[in-house]
Amino acid sequence: MLLEVKDLNVYYGAIHALQGINFHLNEGEVVTLIGANGAGKSTTLNTISGLLRARSGNIVYKDKDISLTPAEEIVRMGISQSPEGRKIFATLTVMENLEMGGYLKTKEEINSGLMRVFRSFPRLKERQNQLGGTLSGGEQQMLAMGRALMSQPSVLLLDEPSMGLSPILVEEIFNIIQEINSQGTSILLVEQNAQMALSVAHRGYVIETGSITLEGKSSDLLHNPDVIKSYLGGH
Amino acid sequence: MEITSPSFGQRIIQGRWIGKIALVLVSLLTIWWVGNKAAQSPSLFYQQIVNGLQLGFVYALIALGYTMVYGIVKLINFAHGDVFMVGAFVSYYAVSKFSLHVWPSTIFPNISPIISVVLGTITVAILSMVICALLAIVIERIAYKPLRNAPRISALITAIGVSFFLEYFGALDFVFTPNFITYKRPFQISIWYLKDGFHKLESGTAAPDGSIIFSNILIIIILASLLLVLGLNFIVMRTKIGKAMRASSYDKPTARLMGINVDGVISITFAIGAALAGAAGILYATAYPQVFFWMGITPGLKAFIAAVLGGIGSIPGAFVGALIMGQAEVLSAGYISTPMRDAIAFAILILVLLVKPTGLYGEPEREKA
Ligand SMILES: Nc1ncnc2c1ncn2[C@@H]1O[C@H](COP(=O)(O)OP(=O)(O)OP(=O)(O)O)[C@@H](O)[C@H]1O
Ligand SMILES: [Mg+2]
Repeated sequence: MLLEVKDLNVYYGAIHALQGINFHLNEGEVVTLIGANGAGKSTTLNTISGLLRARSGNIVYKDKDISLTPAEEIVRMGISQSPEGRKIFATLTVMENLEMGGYLKTKEEINSGLMRVFRSFPRLKERQNQLGGTLSGGEQQMLAMGRALMSQPSVLLLDEPSMGLSPILVEEIFNIIQEINSQGTSILLVEQNAQMALSVAHRGYVIETGSITLEGKSSDLLHNPDVIKSYLGGH
Repeated sequence: MEITSPSFGQRIIQGRWIGKIALVLVSLLTIWWVGNKAAQSPSLFYQQIVNGLQLGFVYALIALGYTMVYGIVKLINFAHGDVFMVGAFVSYYAVSKFSLHVWPSTIFPNISPIISVVLGTITVAILSMVICALLAIVIERIAYKPLRNAPRISALITAIGVSFFLEYFGALDFVFTPNFITYKRPFQISIWYLKDGFHKLESGTAAPDGSIIFSNILIIIILASLLLVLGLNFIVMRTKIGKAMRASSYDKPTARLMGINVDGVISITFAIGAALAGAAGILYATAYPQVFFWMGITPGLKAFIAAVLGGIGSIPGAFVGALIMGQAEVLSAGYISTPMRDAIAFAILILVLLVKPTGLYGEPEREKA
């Protein structure tokens, strides 16, 4: 197991946002976490990234407990996140945003990272000198993902990459997610677009108000009546 | 939904326009007043401009620290002026007590005196800058960092507390003493005047009427400030740490997701701002050769106003604002009255806050989602 979350409890003050969740990600997998608004998906990713601290439970990555490791160290260990809402540095250029993604890397690693990112997202190369804040929503999403890839992570955490994008762009983004995975990066994908997420993921977990309520292979979840009813808009 | 823009009449009633009209009137009046005076005696006018440049460039170095720190932690660091004071005192001790400004000729007796003074003075300046930087790092760690997530007003009050602490700790007899102390310049002042070409003014003589007087100190202040400002601009725009500073000031959690050690970046920002204040301290004391424990208050406030005028958080804004403040101060001292200059500085602050609270280069505050 590459990443394992065990009995994680996270609070915002008195709000018990994650109530003992368990899940794992194997090497080479795409695993999706689906759930409604406020279920605790972003909280999970931010706790893994070290921006939030769990009150109890463990996060084990490559056999090491990282639940108390500082955020910057977690990036160095190989987990990076493309956060919800993209969070592009609007006042930095596209190139500078990407350089920040490779903040802990050497010059050579940054150059090879840039080559890889520009291969996946040729659009970013054309816009490299433009300010991040002036990109379109879709371009910002590409930049957010490219930026997260710059640290050459073993685990990529993606928080709602399809949010606010047109169907064609969603398709494109999901193709790229599969491509990134096929190059060896394991991916934990948070999505509201359960249909798309389950179509690229190997396995999935359903999270409801801070607890995991269902888990299984994507193909099984796609046919699970509860999932169809709640997340796939079925009848 | 359609948003209808208010009519011209409504806008006037809404206030901002009244402020803008007032500002235009005040500006026209000022230009007329100064222009009139300038026509009466051009050389006096140019002399004021020169004096204003000297002051403005020093203010710029201080204002940059205010604006950088505000940009990254949204704190108005009221102790910044006192760090400037410490910088002046460090150079005072280095020169008067330890003769650090002549170390090269002490160690190498055959070295040319000019090279000795240049190297020595640079050493003194670097010492002041380093000590101010370390002081600011300590202040940030002890006083501000624990309040990073507290309401802004708590940090602001703490900054005022740190300011008082530095002043009255400095006033202790075994620290800087409560006295006004004559400052020994690390290098000799030489005065020149401009009238039908440049002439050196011999000591004990007066410059002829209608000449413009300036000193090597003015030149050094302008050159040193420009060098430091360009260096700062290079750091902020081109280096990795500068980019990390900009990223962190835009969005700290996301900066941490990049692997940026935001606490470290904040420390470095404080350190750079304080180093500039330390450099300003030695330049200011060289120009106005007296040091005392509360010498940082007035220049600190003026520089703060300059930063607000330029748009706090904006580096070019702080620079331009400081040059304007330097001119405003000198022109009001020269043409109105010396005591009025501080009142006018604050009048500028009030006008800016009324008319354009975000300053010349400021952007409206971005609301965090
Ligand atoms: N900073 C915060 N302070 C207090 N409560 C918070 C905070 N952030 C999130 N919460 C609460 O924690 C719960 C989980 O939020 P989270 O952002 O993890 O949901 P999510 O599954 O990512 O939802 P969405 O799909 O809308 O992004 C919600 O009830 C939310 O209101
Ligand atoms: Mg979320």
